[in-house]
Amino acid sequence: MDFGFTEEQTKFRQEVRNFLEEEIKKGYWEPTCDAWIQGFDPEFSKRVAQKGWIGLTWPKEYGGQGLSYIDRLILTEEMLRYGAPAACHWFADRQIGGSIVTYGTDEQKRELLPKIIAGEAYIGLGMSETEAGCDLASLQTRAIEEGDNYIINGQKTWTSGGSFVNYFYLLARTDPEAPKHRGISEFIIPADLPGINRIPMIDITGTEAWNDVFFDEVRVPKKCLIGEKNRGFLQALEQLDYERSGMERLMGNYPLFDAIVQFTKEDKLSQGTIIRNKLAQLRIEFEVGRLLIYRVALVMDEGRAPNREAAMSKAYSTAFEQRLAKIAMEILGPYGQLVSNSKLAPIRGLAVHSYLASKGYSLQAGTSEILKNVLATRGLGLPSS
Amino acid sequence: MKLNLTEEQEMIKKTARDFLVDKCPKTFVTQMEESETGYSKELWKEMAELGWMGLAFPEKYGGGDMNFLDLAVLLEEMGRACLPGPFFSTVVLGGLPILDLGNEEQKQEYLPKLISGEKIFTLALTEPGYQNYDASSVTVEASPDGGNYIINGTKLFVPDAHIADYLLCVARTKPENGITIFLADAKNPSIDCAILKTVAGDKLCEVVFNKMPVPKANILGQLSQGSNMVQNIIERAAVGKCCEMVGNIQQVLEMTVDYAKERKQFDRPIGSFQIIQHYCADMAIDIDGARFSTYQAAWMLSEGLPCTKEVAIAKAWIGEASQRVVALAHQIHGAIGVTKEHDLHFYTRRAKAAELAFGDADFYREIVAKEMGL
Repeated sequence: MDFGFTEEQTKFRQEVRNFLEEEIKKGYWEPTCDAWIQGFDPEFSKRVAQKGWIGLTWPKEYGGQGLSYIDRLILTEEMLRYGAPAACHWFADRQIGGSIVTYGTDEQKRELLPKIIAGEAYIGLGMSETEAGCDLASLQTRAIEEGDNYIINGQKTWTSGGSFVNYFYLLARTDPEAPKHRGISEFIIPADLPGINRIPMIDITGTEAWNDVFFDEVRVPKKCLIGEKNRGFLQALEQLDYERSGMERLMGNYPLFDAIVQFTKEDKLSQGTIIRNKLAQLRIEFEVGRLLIYRVALVMDEGRAPNREAAMSKAYSTAFEQRLAKIAMEILGPYGQLVSNSKLAPIRGLAVHSYLASKGYSLQAGTSEILKNVLATRGLGLPSS
Repeated sequence: MKLNLTEEQEMIKKTARDFLVDKCPKTFVTQMEESETGYSKELWKEMAELGWMGLAFPEKYGGGDMNFLDLAVLLEEMGRACLPGPFFSTVVLGGLPILDLGNEEQKQEYLPKLISGEKIFTLALTEPGYQNYDASSVTVEASPDGGNYIINGTKLFVPDAHIADYLLCVARTKPENGITIFLADAKNPSIDCAILKTVAGDKLCEVVFNKMPVPKANILGQLSQGSNMVQNIIERAAVGKCCEMVGNIQQVLEMTVDYAKERKQFDRPIGSFQIIQHYCADMAIDIDGARFSTYQAAWMLSEGLPCTKEVAIAKAWIGEASQRVVALAHQIHGAIGVTKEHDLHFYTRRAKAAELAFGDADFYREIVAKEMGL
């Protein structure tokens, strides 16, 4: 066992920190909660790309850096610590690019990977539907073969990215006769195809971070199919492991953690036993979650999709984030209810934002209940119910 | 970063698992709980022959030249087996402090006897009314008297003192008012030792020093400079206890999952019910958190890195996590789990004792708070 980092990794972490501090100093953005999923800033993504920090783990032959998942975790951990607006490239970097590397054709790799790496391809996830949440395999969006094309009809929901994405990743049913898990395929399609309509959804925080996306007779060239036809669900399951794997599940609202600790120090509240105890407990829980997530990256570095491990780290970590928001609200008392643009709002309204937003953390990318099912059945070998 | 065991550690683990399954069944554990001494001389000798006492000591004293991380693997297996006896006291509370603090003469004198299993050691630190696991609350006095110090006062919760040959006694030295660690002869007639009856059935003692003389030559480390040393001893003991607890709760999870697969109600295994599955998942999360935070601290100790915060995180986490784990295990096991017919009670009782040993979660949260600058 070795819980340390190599010299290069320590240097890399410092380099990332320097870059982000410089960005903040220049006033390009300020740290916010949920910036990895709600902070759409194409210029930031391009500057990150110039550093070579998108596609860090992908093979060099496709323009990646061929580095380890631990290296990527160091990068994303720092992005999250600083609340950097990385949403434009986050999804492609985290899961879609890897999926293209594994399942894509040469043509897809040549076309899409360089654009992702350059910070120019922003990919929204088209998985959930109004009637297909936890039971994702029951999705109804159809893709019907017609000559050299697929014709897509249906509706996706909770697609991140709003007006910024220029591609959609899409799960659609290509064989309605087959058992539901075995008739689904994956596509990556340009977001501006005729027949695609995006309607913003306003979430509980008032943010337009998600979209309903409607597909009406959308004609998609066959070359947009990723991997094998009708095996898309199995491919997507692996992708979900990656989607659940990361530090964003623990540190999505990290700027709040920093801010509330600082606030209690300045206000001398931190001298009180109860507050000390609560904040120390949060720190303990945070450090435990961090280890669970580093373990996930080690599993990925062994070349295995981190199924039960990512299920564990995500279920644990999102519960932590909810406790963090809850405790921050308790500490702030009546001031906690003041939203960011209100007079007297403490710590930039981060607590109340996070209190609301964190309700969704334990739902995205697999609810905690689904994750615990995965952990119990696939991790511990308990019989399926 | 790496989280897997080395080949040698895998070997320690396997040897220990096989040996303890064979030699330390729960019937034996019960016998030891009920016996006066709390350990078997025969088993103690076999453990010494396997090189367990000496594992983390240098070869020149007869040790195995391995490190604390390797010892951590062994402690985990001992926790899994609920091994009774003075191994923890002798090695973690006695031997390793002697290795750290002793002069060469002391090491030559004591370590080979410890490693060969000939002598048993323990630490006399806590006292009546004791609040914190640090040297500041020590009141037992040691006053100079010619070539000796005279130790006077009462120590409490001293593990295995009734069978120990030597006690590391932490005392407040007069007139400097500093803390000194003495290596005292535990068989000295001016010591009264009474065994307390504990939840875990282990042997914690009340040790009364009635003006016991200890030669100055038996000071371990520097006179009156022992505060930081005591902190190091407590940190290592806390991590060692965490290692035992990782083994304990891992075994509890495995027992519970097996039970949930076998036990049928409503014509199906109870493990097929989602609520039981989620209980088990929650247990697994708590245990992996315990495992990694514990091994992180053990690794840092092994590497000689400062790790006050990491030790505090591990011990605070595992103290509460282990309570959650055994509570869920009981819920899943149902009524059989609250009887002596089933093995679960061994683990539940030890988890409670371990939670209290060397500082509970509140104690370590305060340390984390300080480390955070609160």
